[in-house]
Amino acid sequence: MRIDDHPVLGPLEERKQITIIVDGEPLKVFEGEMIAAALIANGKQYLRKTVKSHSPRGIYCGIGRCTDCVMTVDGVPNVRTCITEVQDGMVIETQLGYGTWKQEKHQ
Amino acid sequence: MIEREIVVIGAGPAGLSAALEAARSGASVLIIDENHRPGGQLFKQIHKFFGSHEHRAGVRGIDIGTQLIEDASHLDIEVWLDSEVCGIFHEREVWVVRSRELSVTVKAKSIIIATGAVENAVNFTGWTLPGVMGAGAAQTMINIHRVLPGKKVLMIGSGNVGVIVSYQLLQAGADVKAVVEAAGRLGGYGVHTAKVRRAGVPFYTRTTVLEARGNDHVSEAVIVSLDDAWKPIPGTEKVLDVDTICIAAGLTPLVELAFAAGCRKVYSPVLGGMVPWHDASMRTNVPSLYIAGDVSGVEEASTAMEEGRLAGLSAAYSLRYIEKDEYDSRFNDALRRIDSLRSGMFGEKRRIAKHAIINHI
Amino acid sequence: MKEIQQELKVCGAPSLDELHASPCYQLPPQDRRALAAVIECVEGIPCNPCETSCPQNAITVGEEITALPVVNLEACTGCGICVAACPGLAIYLKKYLFKDDRAYIAFPFEYLPLPKEGETVTMVNRLGESVCEGTVLRVVKIKKMDRTAVIHCSYPNRFYEEVVSIRRLSL
Ligand SMILES: Cc1cc2nc3c(=O)[nH]c(=O)nc-3n(C[C@H](O)[C@H](O)[C@H](O)COP(=O)(O)OP(=O)(O)OC[C@H]3O[C@@H](n4cnc5c(N)ncnc54)[C@H](O)[C@@H]3O)c2cc1C
Ligand code: FES
Repeated sequence: MRIDDHPVLGPLEERKQITIIVDGEPLKVFEGEMIAAALIANGKQYLRKTVKSHSPRGIYCGIGRCTDCVMTVDGVPNVRTCITEVQDGMVIETQLGYGTWKQEKHQ
Repeated sequence: MIEREIVVIGAGPAGLSAALEAARSGASVLIIDENHRPGGQLFKQIHKFFGSHEHRAGVRGIDIGTQLIEDASHLDIEVWLDSEVCGIFHEREVWVVRSRELSVTVKAKSIIIATGAVENAVNFTGWTLPGVMGAGAAQTMINIHRVLPGKKVLMIGSGNVGVIVSYQLLQAGADVKAVVEAAGRLGGYGVHTAKVRRAGVPFYTRTTVLEARGNDHVSEAVIVSLDDAWKPIPGTEKVLDVDTICIAAGLTPLVELAFAAGCRKVYSPVLGGMVPWHDASMRTNVPSLYIAGDVSGVEEASTAMEEGRLAGLSAAYSLRYIEKDEYDSRFNDALRRIDSLRSGMFGEKRRIAKHAIINHI
Repeated sequence: MKEIQQELKVCGAPSLDELHASPCYQLPPQDRRALAAVIECVEGIPCNPCETSCPQNAITVGEEITALPVVNLEACTGCGICVAACPGLAIYLKKYLFKDDRAYIAFPFEYLPLPKEGETVTMVNRLGESVCEGTVLRVVKIKKMDRTAVIHCSYPNRFYEEVVSIRRLSL
């Protein structure tokens, strides 16, 4: 959920909408925001599954320190989504385990 | 290898203040931060600060941050963002990774480490579930990214970060169901707990979280009372309907760079654990290395700024940018300001702990 | 240094006994005509914007900024500048005699939505419990107060001391 208005920070400023692809589905998000923030704003809290137990993980530190929020972004696994900005057309996938490089998968 | 006079690592309140003070003294300064924006934790601090006029009391953290950056833009300060310092070699060489393709080594005359701190974790059954996060993470989400991580929150820990973030979650439109504290006393300033309490949020002392439940996401939390030996008392479990659990269990100084560079370790539980030894001028045992802010012991943004000033001033003085008289007078002013922040029933403990570090042989 | 405040450190808010024992807390006497500042800052934190913001010099902290603030009721005009200046949101204005059997309070408020003038609101005590209904008289949000609104309400004066704020409207 986005915080549209705030007693101290004021109303959310106008931002340009762009589209990212999340697990194959297009999603409208705002330019300049972090991937994890955009996903959480749209109700997606669970960003990856662990290697062995396949248990779900979401953000933990929110500042790029813990790596709990990693996803596969444009074919590159283990990208910390809490500190990576969305780009128009970016392809984002919920990551299983260590993930795989997209290039290898397609070869 | 490129050369610079003073390199500051970390552009939080401590690093920015250090850079400003050094540049005002005439030194040329390079400040490096791994983030896309300078400011460190300051831009999540939307509350008005304590202190007196000279500490910029009554001004919100975000506005102090904006002012620091504005001031820096008028001085001889070079800023590298999105750049991570990955090592300090031979006491003077700073290795910086600037992008996936580029790393640079900068040779400095003096280095000021102001890397801040990280939040401590607490583990309990279910703590890895999405929806369990650091209080600072929630603060970052609401105040920087303007996204609510959840509507119904349980806060673990009643120190200042726990109560400030609880208040800010309420301001952002969330409902804080409870603040639990394992100790018998609440940790944060009474004025902070009082404003959270009158907003209807209950505090539970001698209580901890036992379990986070849910499938792909937190859907409830179990809290439990603790006995005098800090053991859960069976039968006192309570289930709370929450979708988010925030952990505010203190901070640990981000000391890896300093220790790898040869700084001596001193243990200070009050200030967050192992910290680099330093003297009153913020200089470490490695003569070219200074530290400031949370990395030298976790306190608050206002003390971080004063320590930054001390470090920046001392580094500039060691490079002979200012005369002794001027140094002494500016240094003593900063010391006086910092001492007044480290007073009263909260500050006193930190002042004693700081002195113990400085006097540690 | 004063004894540790127990209720404050367990419930989060000071009890009336703790407040009465603190030199900073002075409830304006019931026969006073003008509003006066009431401060609930009992711990000696290093902070003094209440003192420096007051145009009447009616609040004293002193050289040692951890000293507790004390209001000089003679000098206080009830202007309310300190209410928004206090970083701890620990000051409000009160008077017992507003109209008939109603008391008056003006307190800091940093939540949305803001109440509207004339609206009936729920007044709360220090524990956030509902005490009675009140009426919003004024909502002041000016640049000088830096995004802290000050809400003025009237409420039954038998709850004079108990009431400190209103219930958030988003609830
Ligand atoms: C998440 C969080 C929330 C907090 N909230 C509050 C609060 O609400 N109120 C309060 O009083 N105190 C709060 N604190 C406590 C904190 O002590 C201070 O507010 C203050 O920000 C400390 O300043 P600093 O400059 O030392 O560190 P920081 O503000 O943390 O700045 C350090 C900077 O250095 C950067 N950095 C670290 N390592 C490297 C590297 N290797 N290379 C490049 N850059 C690097 C970091 O990314 C960061 O930008 C919070 C702390 C944290 C961690
Ligand atoms: S949430 Fe910790 S790195 Fe992203």
